[in-house]
Amino acid sequence: MEQLLDRIIAGFEAADIEKRKDGQVFFTVPKPKVLPLINHLKMFEGFRNLILMTAVDWIEDNQFQITYLLNNPDTKTDLGIRTFIGRDGEGMDSIHELWGHAATFQREMKEMFGIGFPGSPRVDEPFLLEGWDDIPPMRREFDTKKYSEETYFPRPGRETHDPATYMKQKLYPND
Amino acid sequence: MPEDNVKYPAEDQSLSPVNRKRVVIGPEGEDILVDPLRDYYCTARPEPELPRQGIIEKFMNWARAESLWVLGFGTGCGSIEIPPLLSPRYDAYRFGVAMRPTPRQSSVIIISGYLSVKTLKRVIRSYEQMQNPKFVIALGSCTINGGMYWDSYNTINRLDHYIPVDVYIAGCMPRPEAILAGFNKLKQRIKEGRGEGANDYIKNLDWYKANQKKIIKDWNMPDYNW
Amino acid sequence: MIDPVQKIFRFQPDRSLYPETGADGKPVIRLDSGKFIKVWQGPNHPGVTGNMSLELTISGDEVVESKTHVGYLHRGFEKLFERRRYIQCFPTCIRMCVPEPDTNEYNLARGTEELAGIEVPETANWLRMLALEMARLQVLLRMVPGQAATMGLGLGAQWGMYFRELILDRFEELTGGRIYHMYILPGGVRGMMPDGFRERLGENLKKIDGFIKDIDKLIFHNAVFRKRTIGIGHIPADWVDHYGITGPVARAAGFKRDVRKDYPYLYYHQINFDYNIEHDSDVFARFLVRRKDLETTVDILRQIMAKMPEKGIIRAETPNVLHWRIPKGETYVRCESSRGEYGFYMVSDGSMYPRRINLRGPSYTHAVSVLERLLVNANISDISSIMVSLATCPPEIER
Repeated sequence: MEQLLDRIIAGFEAADIEKRKDGQVFFTVPKPKVLPLINHLKMFEGFRNLILMTAVDWIEDNQFQITYLLNNPDTKTDLGIRTFIGRDGEGMDSIHELWGHAATFQREMKEMFGIGFPGSPRVDEPFLLEGWDDIPPMRREFDTKKYSEETYFPRPGRETHDPATYMKQKLYPND
Repeated sequence: MPEDNVKYPAEDQSLSPVNRKRVVIGPEGEDILVDPLRDYYCTARPEPELPRQGIIEKFMNWARAESLWVLGFGTGCGSIEIPPLLSPRYDAYRFGVAMRPTPRQSSVIIISGYLSVKTLKRVIRSYEQMQNPKFVIALGSCTINGGMYWDSYNTINRLDHYIPVDVYIAGCMPRPEAILAGFNKLKQRIKEGRGEGANDYIKNLDWYKANQKKIIKDWNMPDYNW
Repeated sequence: MIDPVQKIFRFQPDRSLYPETGADGKPVIRLDSGKFIKVWQGPNHPGVTGNMSLELTISGDEVVESKTHVGYLHRGFEKLFERRRYIQCFPTCIRMCVPEPDTNEYNLARGTEELAGIEVPETANWLRMLALEMARLQVLLRMVPGQAATMGLGLGAQWGMYFRELILDRFEELTGGRIYHMYILPGGVRGMMPDGFRERLGENLKKIDGFIKDIDKLIFHNAVFRKRTIGIGHIPADWVDHYGITGPVARAAGFKRDVRKDYPYLYYHQINFDYNIEHDSDVFARFLVRRKDLETTVDILRQIMAKMPEKGIIRAETPNVLHWRIPKGETYVRCESSRGEYGFYMVSDGSMYPRRINLRGPSYTHAVSVLERLLVNANISDISSIMVSLATCPPEIER
């Protein structure tokens, strides 16, 4: 594991290494190095299983984090590869030729975050939503509560309390 | 689609290719005009079927109440409690409840839990294809006020804005005993002559359609699915 | 192994003449030629597992092309988690997979504990194992005879439903809920076993032993069932890593994949059990693996009852859950559900609300990419049996 990490740091500019538990490491690589790294890991290091691929929205830094989680079934190790791309329509390279199910992940990310994956099969077809005409719903600026209240006729009578202040009022009404 | 035996006359570009008028060359070289929107669907507006009077209606209502045939369409998580309901332990068959595979044979549709917009479209189609009289049982809190998903962007909050509901069964999820009680409640309602949901739907069709079209953005079916 | 008699009855489409293949090696599909029909199976169809649909192009009674359509159950959980505190996520997350909700709450609890650095007491871990194995047992009791129900043999499914109810009764004693339990919380579990629980569970397991023998007689020795499952839905071994296939489907292809043994969590390393492997990788082999799993699960439950301590602390001290800030970090936690590896990818940004919780369920690949490819050249009467053998569960695909 340590030697493998050394090789990745030397060859692919990996930084920001976070060891979570035995056999699970997350690290960041720059965007152009992602595809060579995944190819290398799949061909030569035995990481032949793609567990998941997903995006995280860091709206404060104006960027998306894309995580690829690769797994080596022989040594039972997971590598989480993070990379950061811009939020304004910047695309990412597709890996649909390496794994059969990568296209599904990419289709979902295109729909939910609006991240483009040029060349991925059926990537522009709707996956979960039908007739969606708002911004992609998993972006942080999309307010699901507001959308729901405007669209779906909320039944009057629902009260929402902030749990902390509500408990404080209940327990210490005189404060 | 590269077709050489299909010609498109002056077509309406706003329609999807499936719904456009076209001329198909038949097996003996003759031209057949196909207009999917007119040939495949009936566009007539439905009319309410008024109840009969007196003892005949009472007899009919008794017969309807004693054989509730349920459409086997599991729309949400509540459908996991339907198979136990039909197993010997709860045995819904003794109340005349049976599952049917198609809307044409069923008189009750169980909305088992939350409805996403995509499912709502299929539910409306199934509901409108059912024969009169038809009844709706709404299962779970999510059909009443949204339940767990009250702030979700893809699930509806109130089912009664889209189709008329006869009986609500609260809970997440309702136990099989609660569902049986719901069936009994529905029977009672029908016997009292209050199971008029299908007629209410037709009388207020414009209001229901406006609500439905508000959230189904790509409306590509006829206004009433006969 | 396929014996010669069964080879004659096997469905082998002759694709040498028709439909014609194009330049790219795929069949030329033109709907207007009148030789193909497009059929939608689902969402309102008794033969699909849950609320999903398949768009099938068929020629005769063979499938030429298949597309999976999901999204009928999309509730936007991952968006809802952004608005909920960690403790509020628990009642929400279990609804992500309806038949087996406990794996969700276990994964979320474990991810939270890993990020926050909480140690779980020993008794609580045993109780978690108990809940997880009981959940697996009730799913398998539905799923194993349910495979025969796709071919019209519904009797076994009715029996299985009765034995599942027994386990649900025990769940009700333990947790108070039949389907959704909300039993596992960060730091431990919600309650101890009631008095006499062990004896009642032991009696139920004894009944289930008899049930397994009964379904052997009813289903496994049934000639129609064997003919309709052996050789159907074959998954080649090289698909397993290419599509990320896990769980019983991978084990039926001869791969030793079981999260309980590969990445031991809780106290599975103290339990004595083995991989259930088959090599034929067809519907029958997957079915055989699940049937062995059923026996293994009963055995594991007995071992848990024998090894579990009588008393103990069941919940560790946690901070006030209303103000609980989880330190920044990310993790991936996994456990073995009845369908395969079930994992949560969690990212915390140091606030009271999770930044991202992403579920990777086994159906995500089984029901979409694998099923689309597996159904090509299948007979339409085998579709539901192939779907059930892959144990596709739509709510975990679309969340």
